[in-house]
Order: sequence, then C-alpha cells, then structure tokens
Amino acid sequence: MYEQMTNILLQVLSHAASILFNNLVPRIAVEGAMETTGTVPVTTVYTTLIVLAGLGIVFGVALAIVAAKFVVKVDPKVEKVRETLPGANCGACGFAGCMGYAEAVVGNPDVAVHMCAPGKSPVAEKIAEITGKKAEKVEPKIARVFCQGGNSLSQRKFIYTGVQDCTAAVLAAGGDKSCEYGCLGYGTCMRACPFGAITMSADNLPIISLEKCTACGKCVAACPKQVIELAQTAKAVVISCHSRDKGVDVKKKCQVGCIACGICVRTCPVDAIKIDNNLARIDHSKCIVCGLCVKKCPTSAIHDYIPVRPKAYIDPAKCVGIDVCEKVCPVNAISGEIRSLHVVNQGKCIGCRMCESRCPKKAITMVESSSAAAQSKPAKAKEPVAVS
Amino acid sequence: MWQHVLTIFIASALINNFVFSRYLGLCIFFGVTKRMETAVGMSFTFTAVMLVEAVLNWVIYTYVMVPYHLGFLKIVIFIGTVAAFVQAADTMMKKVAPALYYKLGIYLALIVTNCIILAVPLINADENYSLFESMALALGSGLGFSLALIIMASIREKLELADVPKSFQGLPISFVLTGLIALAFLGFSGMITL
Repeated sequence: MYEQMTNILLQVLSHAASILFNNLVPRIAVEGAMETTGTVPVTTVYTTLIVLAGLGIVFGVALAIVAAKFVVKVDPKVEKVRETLPGANCGACGFAGCMGYAEAVVGNPDVAVHMCAPGKSPVAEKIAEITGKKAEKVEPKIARVFCQGGNSLSQRKFIYTGVQDCTAAVLAAGGDKSCEYGCLGYGTCMRACPFGAITMSADNLPIISLEKCTACGKCVAACPKQVIELAQTAKAVVISCHSRDKGVDVKKKCQVGCIACGICVRTCPVDAIKIDNNLARIDHSKCIVCGLCVKKCPTSAIHDYIPVRPKAYIDPAKCVGIDVCEKVCPVNAISGEIRSLHVVNQGKCIGCRMCESRCPKKAITMVESSSAAAQSKPAKAKEPVAVS
Repeated sequence: MWQHVLTIFIASALINNFVFSRYLGLCIFFGVTKRMETAVGMSFTFTAVMLVEAVLNWVIYTYVMVPYHLGFLKIVIFIGTVAAFVQAADTMMKKVAPALYYKLGIYLALIVTNCIILAVPLINADENYSLFESMALALGSGLGFSLALIIMASIREKLELADVPKSFQGLPISFVLTGLIALAFLGFSGMITL
C-alpha cells in the first residue's frame, strides 16, 4: 500500500518535472522576448540561477549589514503592555487603538497608566508594573441609564412605527415618549455596545451588566437622548431621571420621574443632594451611599443599584452600651439601655452603614442574612434598571 | 535629449498620471487620502523611494539583465530590489531619523507592494530609457501621484462635512470623485505627443 503510493507520487512528480522542463521553461523564454525559439540554452538557465542567487545574496548581505549597523533597541515593554491591554481598540483612552496607547504609555512619562477604561484597575496595575509608573487608584466606572420610565410606567405622545432605532425615532418629533428626557427604548445603545453588556428589558429599558460593562462610553455617545452617563460603580445610589420638567408635568408623563419635591434633599444626612432646574442631583463626592433617599422618594425615582444590602449586627462581646449607634440610626432600628447590649431591629434596618462607622468599639458589622435580603429588595417599579 | 527628458517628466506627471489615467496604485490612493497630513507624508516618501529605486533598477537592468539576456526576470528582480531597498531604508530611517520614521515609516511598508513602484522600472525597461530618462519618469510619476493624493485628500477632507447619502459614504463616493477627477485629467491628453 505504502510503496504503491510512493510509486504513484514519484511518477506524478517526474511527469510534472518533465512538463516543466520541456514546455514551461521554453515558453517563458519565448514570451520574455528571447532570441531563442523553442528551447532554452542551458547557459540561460545557469545565468538565471546565478544572477538571482547573486542578487539574493547581495541584497541579503546588504540588509544584514544595514540591520546590524542601524540597530534600534525596540522597547520590549511596548509589546508587553500591548498584550496586557484588552485589544478592543475602543479608543476610550484617547489614543489610536491599543497599540497607540501602549507606545504612548511606555514612551511618554506623562501618560497615566489608568487610561484604559475596559481594562479597569487590574490592567492599570499590570501596566504600572511593566512601565514602573505609579498606579493611581482607578475608580471603576459603569454606564448608568438615567431613566426608569419603561413602556408600562410612562406615557407616549403617538404611536411610532418607523425604523426601530432610537436615532431614527428621535427624528420624529423627538421620539414617541411623552417625556422628552427619557429613554426611547429602541436599543441603539445595545447595538453600540462592543462588549454585549447591554440587554433590553421586557419594559424596553436597557439593562447594563455590571460584569460586562467596561465604561468605554460607546453607548453614551450613541444615545440620542443622552440618557446614559458614565458613573462611579461604587456610588450605587442614583437619581434615575433626567427630566427637567416641572413636577406636575413629570407626574403626567411618567410614574417614576423626579418631581423635584425636595424630600431627598431634606433626608440626606450629608447634604449631598441638590435640586437644580427641577431635577434632584446627587453630588457623588459627598454621597455615602446610605440609601435613605431611596426609601423616602415618593415616586421611586432614586434607584439603589446594590441588589441586597447587608444589615447591621451588633457583636454582643464587643458592645459596651454606648448609645452612639442608637442616636445615629436614621430609622430608629437600634434600641438598648445605656451600658447594656444594644440590638438592631433587622426589620427596620436599611443597611445604610452609618452606625458601623460611628461605633468606637467596632462592635457593628454588616451581615447579609436571607431574611434581610427579602425585605430590602427594591420596589417592583425599579426592576427594569436593576443591574443583572 | 534634455527636451525628451522634460517631455517624459511632464507626460508622466500629468498626461499619463498613474492614478487618473492608468488606474494604478489605487489601494494606497484611497488608503491615505482620508487626511491631508498622511497624504503629504505618503507623497514625499513615495517620490523619494520611486526615484532611488528607478536608478537602482536601471543599473541592474542595464548592467546585469541585458548582457545576460535575462529580460524575462524583470518582475521578479524589480520587486526584489524594491523590497530590499525599502527594508534597508526603513531600518536606516528608524535609527537615523526616528522623528521622520514615525511620521512616514508606516507608508514604507505599503510602498513595497505598490503597483506604481513596479510599473515605473517596467516601463523604463520596456522603453529602454537612459538613466536620466528613467529618473525623469520616476520623478514625474512620483510628483503625479503626489498631485493625485493631495487633490484627493483636500476634497475628502471637505467631504467629511458634506451631506452624502448613507450608501455612498466613505469609499463609494471616493470612487465617484476619482472618476470625475480622471475625466478632468483627460483634458491633458494631446498636450504632448511622444
């Protein structure tokens, strides 16, 4: 079997070779305007081989000399950084692709290591390690949708039957939603997302995945309503509304809009909320993410992105009966006599962590309990924007 | 003789413009004309490489290929020469003029596989041009290509602001434009008869 195959192969090869030498070579020669007609003189074959080999050697040696003489040490760090980067070429760093950033961050001492938005802090740390630069702490960011008025909770001006795309819908009198600030829900952001982090909920609102979102900003740029913004992931309490309409008008158009009633402003223990132009905004540099405003908002316009808040638990061994926690608790969930053990009412506790930081004995810890989880879930209306 | 050299120069730059009347080198033409800066960079690199490489290939053709009757190896040898020269230039530029390399270096790699670069020595060889005639053709072709790049880049920069129908945006409208400019260049034909 094996011998047969080799025999056939040899026959084919020798046949091909004979064709090549008998037909092909002379034909090339004839077409190449040689003086010969029919066959090629052996000398031409030799000179061809010699000249080609000679030129090859000359070029090769010349290139080798040039390469040796003009050698430039390429920084191996660039390639290393390039490998570390995600390679999405999203341009969030402001350079032309990942290679551009890699070159800049290695070559230019002024370029910071934390520019890669998709890479977040792990990549920044690795780049810092490679380049020897100092890694500044990267505040992880995420895209947040500032609208909760899905189809079921908001009104429509008219029935839109055009192209199912927000950029197209917005051309028809600013979109079909009564609220001119709200999400149109045709999924332009979902299609713009290079990481597949956005899905559309049943109520036609984008759901942004906490794990997949890299805060590259593509959806922010794609949204014709500017309803998506990049926000710090840690600052999980957000006023999910962009409406600058007066409270009465907001009420008419949407059940979950900010009516600028000011209750949150009064509730906030750190004065982080201000009402500006009929819309409450949280100053995230002040916000302690206690979640008090979430509970107090009459229209549920404020959304808490922490799915389950752990509740306070007082360690009986550490508690010395100081009533700081009792005083600081905004919902009166802690009770107890002075100099005796204090107890947290798990039903009342909203997990704001204010007592935790105030206890001088560090007796309070935040514990996730299954019963607490059931009670602290956000209201049904907020489900569309809940982080999956 | 000098008159003939001048004629070749003008003819290759305008009348037989490589892009607009021979339709060669279109990949680079469309690739680098998105921005004026890249177009100008490419023009300089291209013209310089073309001139040097035409001389090199003329020397090899006249003193090696003609005496040994190796005319049929034109394409192979010319491409080899261009590739070797461009690679050497690339390496040298990186060391000698890094600033220039970062500006123009990326175009060098594109030039190796360009058809105009190969067409010029082939025409030189076919027409049996002298050294000066070869250089005139190379310089003329280089400048003609530069002219094409710069015209196109300036139009395409303006085109960014124009309201082009979506299906025509990008490459399609560029092809339409190229056709129109080619029509305009047709006006040069008959200016000089070789």
